[in-house]
Amino acid sequence: MEGRLSIANFTKAFEFYDRDILFTFVIIGISTALIGLFSVAIGGYLVLGENRTAVAILAWFYRWPLFVPFIVEAQCMYMFLAKNGLMNNGFVALGLVDIETTQSLLDWRGIIITFVWKQTPFVALMVAGAMAALDRATIEVARNLGASRLRILVEIVVPQIRPTLIVGLILSFVTTLSVLSVPLMVSGGTPTMLTVDMAYRINAFGDYGVANALGLISYLMTGAVAWIYLRETMRERERT
Amino acid sequence: MTAMRALGWLPRGILLGVLAFAVFGPLASLLLWSFAEAWYFPHKLPSQWGFRFWEHVFRPTGRAMEALGMSISIALLTVVTCLAISVPAGLALARGRLPWRPLIMLAFLLPQAFPSLPIYINVARIFYEFGLNGTVAGVVLVHTLHGLVYAVWITTAAFAAVDAELEQAARNLGASALRTFFTVTLPLAAPGIVASAIFVFLESLDEFTGSYFVGAPEVTTLPLLMFTASMAGNYQISSITALILLVPSIAFMLVVERFLKPDVLSKVGA
Repeated sequence: MEGRLSIANFTKAFEFYDRDILFTFVIIGISTALIGLFSVAIGGYLVLGENRTAVAILAWFYRWPLFVPFIVEAQCMYMFLAKNGLMNNGFVALGLVDIETTQSLLDWRGIIITFVWKQTPFVALMVAGAMAALDRATIEVARNLGASRLRILVEIVVPQIRPTLIVGLILSFVTTLSVLSVPLMVSGGTPTMLTVDMAYRINAFGDYGVANALGLISYLMTGAVAWIYLRETMRERERT
Repeated sequence: MTAMRALGWLPRGILLGVLAFAVFGPLASLLLWSFAEAWYFPHKLPSQWGFRFWEHVFRPTGRAMEALGMSISIALLTVVTCLAISVPAGLALARGRLPWRPLIMLAFLLPQAFPSLPIYINVARIFYEFGLNGTVAGVVLVHTLHGLVYAVWITTAAFAAVDAELEQAARNLGASALRTFFTVTLPLAAPGIVASAIFVFLESLDEFTGSYFVGAPEVTTLPLLMFTASMAGNYQISSITALILLVPSIAFMLVVERFLKPDVLSKVGA
């Protein structure tokens, strides 16, 4: 192979890791969707919430995960989501689940929970900032006309902060795509994410060819997302 | 009326409670494990508490102290390297009329816009040829690459927020360009530069992927030690190490809010 260009590395990458490529895309896709949903909900409540105490409480604690490094958080979740972890112990104490039937969430679900936990405050912070800067007149008018708060959020607020939300979600997509510690620690089994496969190709075989082919595939995913973003901003410009 | 209001708090309270459990539960698990001397199924909480593992970690000859020292030295060296580049670069980008300025700003952002792991594996391969793999210098360079994004962007914003008329006044009064920089521009931009230095320090302290490929196994930073302890099933040691990593992050973030003033923030990326 030395010194010759070929697509052999890509063939091998797809042959060995086609499931992991799909797995990575699905995991990050679900995480990004959930992050978008939760951050809009948090931002929306901070802006439209009527109970000041509740808003203040939420504003105080929602951003804590922002300050927790990925590696520390992976360690937290590794213990929290285990079969006998604090989460299941809490559920058992509340009588929500039976102690015999608790299950470990340390698989694909654990990765999604960890990503959502870490990235939601980041996107929510951006979204809440954009929402706070909106002109409140239209919101007040809609409220006076009797629109529910959910309807105001979905039909008036979210369309106006769409660009901010999309930038936040893209940044979060790229970040989660390159995190190695979380899939490595939270989910040990297969299928796993591309970052773990890349590390494995190098540490076990010194195989830079296939590792870089996988790296390029993760870049293509980023490229696809960047393309969506560019198309979106172009459309915004046409509108104005 | 009060009963109605209390009833109104019920769904709100439950929702906030669930969210609080989701946010603080994982952190509580870390805290509990770091003081647990025995925690076996089916106990819901540790059955024996104590500081035994803390003593183990903080023993002067322990590997954790060595790793902490290594992590702090690497982080400080990374800050110095980053500032050596970002202060002149930030000044030039904020004050000078550079052609291609947006392109240069974008170039510093690029490492952040793509997944970094594929970059690190290739950096590790190139460093191997130069004999930089497994050395402190190699790890510092990788952390610098990562930290430059924050350093250059925030420093540029900090210099841009300094009123240029103050510099002109100093020049008109006969101060040299160098003296003006050190007595007027730099002190005024200092809060922003300090904030960027803190960001770089924290990013370096918590960096895992780059250190894993370039540093391990010769250079053991705190995150690498935590990972090894955790994979070996040593929950107490890894929890305490994680707490050591967590405390400066939270403390510094509280400080950063005071250093990063709105007038600087509004200039970021402008």
